[in-house]
Amino acid sequence: MASIVGEVDNTMQDPRRRAPLVTGQHDAASITRSVASIAEIPVDQTPLGWYVGFGISATITAILGFAVFWLLFNGVGVWGVNNPAGWGFAIINFVFWVGIGHAGTLISAILFLFRQHWRTAINRFAEAMTIFAVICAGLFPGIHIGRVWLAFYLFPIPNQMAMWPNFRSPLLWDVFAVGTYFTVSLLFWYVGLIPDLATLRDRATNKWRKLIYGALAMGWTGSMRHWHRYERAYLILAALATPLVLSVHSVVSFDFAIAQLPGWHTTIFPPYFVAGAIFSGFGMVVTLAVPARQWCGLKHIITLRHLENMNKVILATGSMVGYAYAMEFFIAWYSGNSYEQFAFINRAMGPYAWAYWTMVSCNVISPQLFWFKAIRTSVPAMFIVSIFVNIGMWFERFVIVITSLTQDFLPSSWDYYTPTAFDWLTLLGSFGLFFTLFLLFCRFLPMVAIAEVKAIMPGAHGAHGHGHGDEHAEHAPAMEAAR
Amino acid sequence: MSHASPKTVAVSTEPGALAYYLLEFETPDAIRSAARRVNEAGWTRWDTHTPYPIHGLDATMGVRPTVLPVIVFVCGCLGALTGLALQWWANASDPANFKFIPTFLQGYHFLISGKPYFSLPANIPVIFELTILFSAFGAVFGMLGLNFLPDLYNALFNSRRFARVTDDRFFISLDARDPRFDERKTREFAETLGAAVVEDVRHSPWTAPPQWMVHVGVVASIVALVPLALIARSWTAKSPLPRFHIVQDMDNQERYKAQMENPIFADGRATRLPAEGTVAIGELYEDTHYWYGLVDGKPAETMPERVELNEALMERGRKLFDINCSACHGYDGAAYGAIRVRADAIGNVLAVRSFYERSVMEKSVGHLFNTITNGFQTMPAYGHRVSTEDRWAIVAYVRALQRSRSASVDDLTTEERARLR
Repeated sequence: MASIVGEVDNTMQDPRRRAPLVTGQHDAASITRSVASIAEIPVDQTPLGWYVGFGISATITAILGFAVFWLLFNGVGVWGVNNPAGWGFAIINFVFWVGIGHAGTLISAILFLFRQHWRTAINRFAEAMTIFAVICAGLFPGIHIGRVWLAFYLFPIPNQMAMWPNFRSPLLWDVFAVGTYFTVSLLFWYVGLIPDLATLRDRATNKWRKLIYGALAMGWTGSMRHWHRYERAYLILAALATPLVLSVHSVVSFDFAIAQLPGWHTTIFPPYFVAGAIFSGFGMVVTLAVPARQWCGLKHIITLRHLENMNKVILATGSMVGYAYAMEFFIAWYSGNSYEQFAFINRAMGPYAWAYWTMVSCNVISPQLFWFKAIRTSVPAMFIVSIFVNIGMWFERFVIVITSLTQDFLPSSWDYYTPTAFDWLTLLGSFGLFFTLFLLFCRFLPMVAIAEVKAIMPGAHGAHGHGHGDEHAEHAPAMEAAR
Repeated sequence: MSHASPKTVAVSTEPGALAYYLLEFETPDAIRSAARRVNEAGWTRWDTHTPYPIHGLDATMGVRPTVLPVIVFVCGCLGALTGLALQWWANASDPANFKFIPTFLQGYHFLISGKPYFSLPANIPVIFELTILFSAFGAVFGMLGLNFLPDLYNALFNSRRFARVTDDRFFISLDARDPRFDERKTREFAETLGAAVVEDVRHSPWTAPPQWMVHVGVVASIVALVPLALIARSWTAKSPLPRFHIVQDMDNQERYKAQMENPIFADGRATRLPAEGTVAIGELYEDTHYWYGLVDGKPAETMPERVELNEALMERGRKLFDINCSACHGYDGAAYGAIRVRADAIGNVLAVRSFYERSVMEKSVGHLFNTITNGFQTMPAYGHRVSTEDRWAIVAYVRALQRSRSASVDDLTTEERARLR
């Protein structure tokens, strides 16, 4: 069987046998050790690689800080936005980052509801990714309004001007959708973290770690009475987050679909945006998971099977996105509306054809390689494809925002949009912010949901439990594995 | 799993009363069967502690289903109602019906492109998001609340052994507060439950925080009140100073405004006069009759030639009179406008002249034009806000009003007179 040297291949498709979710000889204690020890490395033993990565990300974040300062100091003129393209990189980046976040919620909530136990290995850092991505996303609408000190106009805050927002505007729906999404994701993530923070508290050897993790763990004792309510709360949160994630990107798509611009005003946008968001999010999870499992020694928890499953999701959602692209063209033709037809012919053959075909190659063609198991289970191949997916999905938003805005009904108002250096620096900087937060998370918090992984190990619930194993398998868990 | 006599650990070194008997187990099955026995023995204040939730252990312990879903449901309904009420209030309510509410909280009819103020389809996204948000708050804070978390003190943490509860060990704690608890009998009972270890956990003594922490706390609390005190002070106090202008936008710019001093020029004025001997386009006021209402330096007796007297001009004059003049002079020119009526009602004196006084009736049109342009006594000037053409229209209309009160039969045409008969 195709297998990577040094790794157990658990990607076999044999319905008679349950594929092990944790490979190697492991018990609860060793799972605790392998995950918690990453967050427990003493400061003076921090690997050089982490410092290098953190140094680079922090520098890029500083560039973001400068780019934003320069924007606020000088006004939005430092960006390439013009008339007609009033929505430039800021909105492209906003939609891109929000989309990235959605895979985290999908993994943590939807797969939880579907009892997909393999999610436990990746849900923690997928959720972290969600939160950091939404932070990056939230930055852009905040700064693109020009006068940030008036950002509170976005919220229905009683004020001396007796001024309320317009609740029939999709831009306001966005404020509520993204605000709720960030809050609920953060709560979901934190609730999931509580038992693991307690693990770090109980393993802490120095006073400060004990204090900080102790405060964050809120006195968790693993009480079964607590677990009972905790599990119910977690289930409810998952059930809430599932429609939420669908609503958030639907609302984001309304920003476009409710406008009357050709190329935006289509009913396919909500499902198409949601599929695209999940697609891009899984692309980012693979991009992050591949190096993380490699460098942090988590190959036995984030196994090849997990990666393969994610690649299958990428293949499925990538195909949906491809279908949506085709359907947009079909509807443009079928509608008989000459403006709509022009908008799409212009996308594929107009001044932004380069962006359109970059998008199609990255989003539609590259994930089709995952039909082949050899590619789907090859770590370097999937890493490259996932990068392509990230690039492609950024270009998708570029194509949607820019081609429709720059060439609409009135040819006399057409113009070409050229981003400036500050547009690019802000985009780059948002990646810096994302990776800085992510590296801090990897360094100080448990990257894998320790308690959840233990609960899915064979024998975790004893002989009277749910038949993940029996009393004998308990001390020799998993793995007569594939051979 | 050995059901043989468990190893007994010496009494915990911490001083204080006995808080729990803590039983340690190594496998899920061991704790499951022990839990069943504790439950059957009728214990109420006891608990199991595990690194992860063990399927069915809660049922074995006799834990009843939590009320949490009800809390979440109520919160969700509250969220939906909040969303609905907020949108209706802010965009569709009529402030006239809610005068008792302070202005800054009042809603109003928010008109956008003629759309309905309150339309459910457009309000669904916000209602939906708030339903989810409130439900999530209910789920998380409800769970924490029902679990009494955060918990600042728990004697269980005095056991070193208990640290493994978040790793790979399973524990039962028998609380000393349970009515069945008896120091000796409970210990005997605990030792029959198949635990690997039975340990007694004692309360830690109260230790006062260090002195410096108290000082820092007191100082920090006082300092934290300072901003609040300052806000309260400026809220109530009056000040002649202009407000803080934190964000400048382009409000204050370095430039000269009219009538400011400018040392660059010999006359020291920022405002410049046109160069000698020149006239700006549209500013040639040679026709004094039209522009100033003067003929040979005296008020004109006739309307200027440039103003053509017709129905449209009279109509224009009426409209502008109603807008600019009627507030004081009244729609009929009898000096009983809304302001005059109000002034009389509150006992103020407002000197308004009726157009039908002899002195006013005798004034020439040039004089009326001048009065409108430059004002007279308490009447303000309108020259800068009503155009020249329009001021002549008003003059014509005023003349027509005056005529209406002193007309004779001779003013009518033959047909009109015939109709009156």
